[in-house]
Amino acid sequence: MLIRTRDTSAPAASEITPEPIYRDRRRFLRQAGQFAVAGAAAGWLRTVPAGVTDVLDLESSPRRAKFSTDEPLTAEDSVTTYNNFYEFGTGKTDPAQYADALVTEPWSVTVAGACEKPGTYALEDVLRGLAPEERIYRLRCVEGWSMVIPWLGVPLAALLKRYQPTSAARYVAFQTLYDPDQMRGQRRSVLEWPYREGLRMDEAMHPLTIMAVGLYGKPLPNQNGAPLRLVVPWKYGFKSIKSIVRIEFTETEPPTTWNMMAPREYGFYANVNPQVDHPRWSQSRERRIGKLFRQDTLMFNGYGEQVASLYRGLDLRRNY
Amino acid sequence: MDDRLLRYGLKPVVFMLLLLPAALLLAGLLRGTLGADPVAALLWQTGLWALRLLLASLAVTPLQRLTGWRWPIRWRRQLGLFAFFYACLHLAVYAVFDRSLDLAAVWEDIVERPFITVGALAFLLLAPLAATSTRGAVRRLGPRWQQLHRLVYLAAGLAVLHYLWLVKADLRPPLIYAGILAVLLLLRLPLPLPWRRRLGPASG
Repeated sequence: MLIRTRDTSAPAASEITPEPIYRDRRRFLRQAGQFAVAGAAAGWLRTVPAGVTDVLDLESSPRRAKFSTDEPLTAEDSVTTYNNFYEFGTGKTDPAQYADALVTEPWSVTVAGACEKPGTYALEDVLRGLAPEERIYRLRCVEGWSMVIPWLGVPLAALLKRYQPTSAARYVAFQTLYDPDQMRGQRRSVLEWPYREGLRMDEAMHPLTIMAVGLYGKPLPNQNGAPLRLVVPWKYGFKSIKSIVRIEFTETEPPTTWNMMAPREYGFYANVNPQVDHPRWSQSRERRIGKLFRQDTLMFNGYGEQVASLYRGLDLRRNY
Repeated sequence: MDDRLLRYGLKPVVFMLLLLPAALLLAGLLRGTLGADPVAALLWQTGLWALRLLLASLAVTPLQRLTGWRWPIRWRRQLGLFAFFYACLHLAVYAVFDRSLDLAAVWEDIVERPFITVGALAFLLLAPLAATSTRGAVRRLGPRWQQLHRLVYLAAGLAVLHYLWLVKADLRPPLIYAGILAVLLLLRLPLPLPWRRRLGPASG
């Protein structure tokens, strides 16, 4: 009979680093390095970088909060695998495939421009004390498809007010992270990086506008713009900028990425409008993801009752 | 290459190979593996295969000129017809799913949107070529057959333009197809004398 004795120098199974963690060591080191720098700058150190769920209780936040539609939800795996996020590639499935390279903890946001409290803030300080809620919104892409998504987020107005914008603040501009190491799509200049978007102040302060931190009851997957993304449901999807690192209050209309790239095709306002076609395709109908045939697109994506008054007197044909 | 081997052996194999993309798309549609927007996937893939096979059919003559091989010419008709087959699928997916067979909406697209105008023109140019691809038609039309079938150059150019004009930001993929088409057209120009002597008289 063969008797096996334990080789005392070999590590026990429980001591072996699981392969995923072992493979992740570079990311761990990078994260640790970034955190050390951020911590030293702030003058204190903690042991674990904090994320959205450390400061916001997503699980018990109110469901189906105001303005939520009762239309059937787009399947979660469609919402998380069919994305336009050119920072990770121009294909619809590229973001789901490559966005895991993005490190979202720690994360900081720089607030600048016409406000009383500019500065660079850790994500948890940006969010702490705000009340997240679920908003089920239609999302209409300028390409002619749409989804119904249960976002988790905070009203953008509540977030912006923390920095006390001054009366000079007429617009607010946002920027996505620029880091080609993490965002492989940025290694080619398909767009002018970093991605930029902006809103008029009254649009930003509108109760429909949220800063999303999650969807389907969970923190945002990276491919959907973790850890912090805008959601402006009456505008085409490209306005809802992802993975935000900079917020700036400005006096004049800020430059925005798609508008800079093709001003005739993508306006600053980009309100969903079935009567104003994109120069290259019709905007009158859309395909709801999950359906085979198209349906009519609604003015302001169906949020006209809430937002039409913002644009009274504005020629929407010229200010597309 | 042996004629009988070609007709009874290889031809059905190539036929099945050319049908494979359509079969895979159909299987993907039925199994729900075409992604979140299967209609968009069908539209893209049928369009791309139409363009690829059109370019493949245009590669036959240069291949023959450069290598002196005679057998590629036998595949040209099949490649061209399959290109037209995928173009038909492409048009059908668009008309049925994207426009719900609303012919007024299709017409509006053709008139108002340049990338659809050139796509429709490419299709209209390919149709008579497919219709006159039979041996009988080749015989009946005589020298006019070749004149008529030169329309394929225009159709291929319009097909590439159709792709180029619909892209939002990343022009690289359609430019690759444009580059391939340019090379295939350049290879049709008369060869310099030393080459001509080496390869024998050019045809097609």
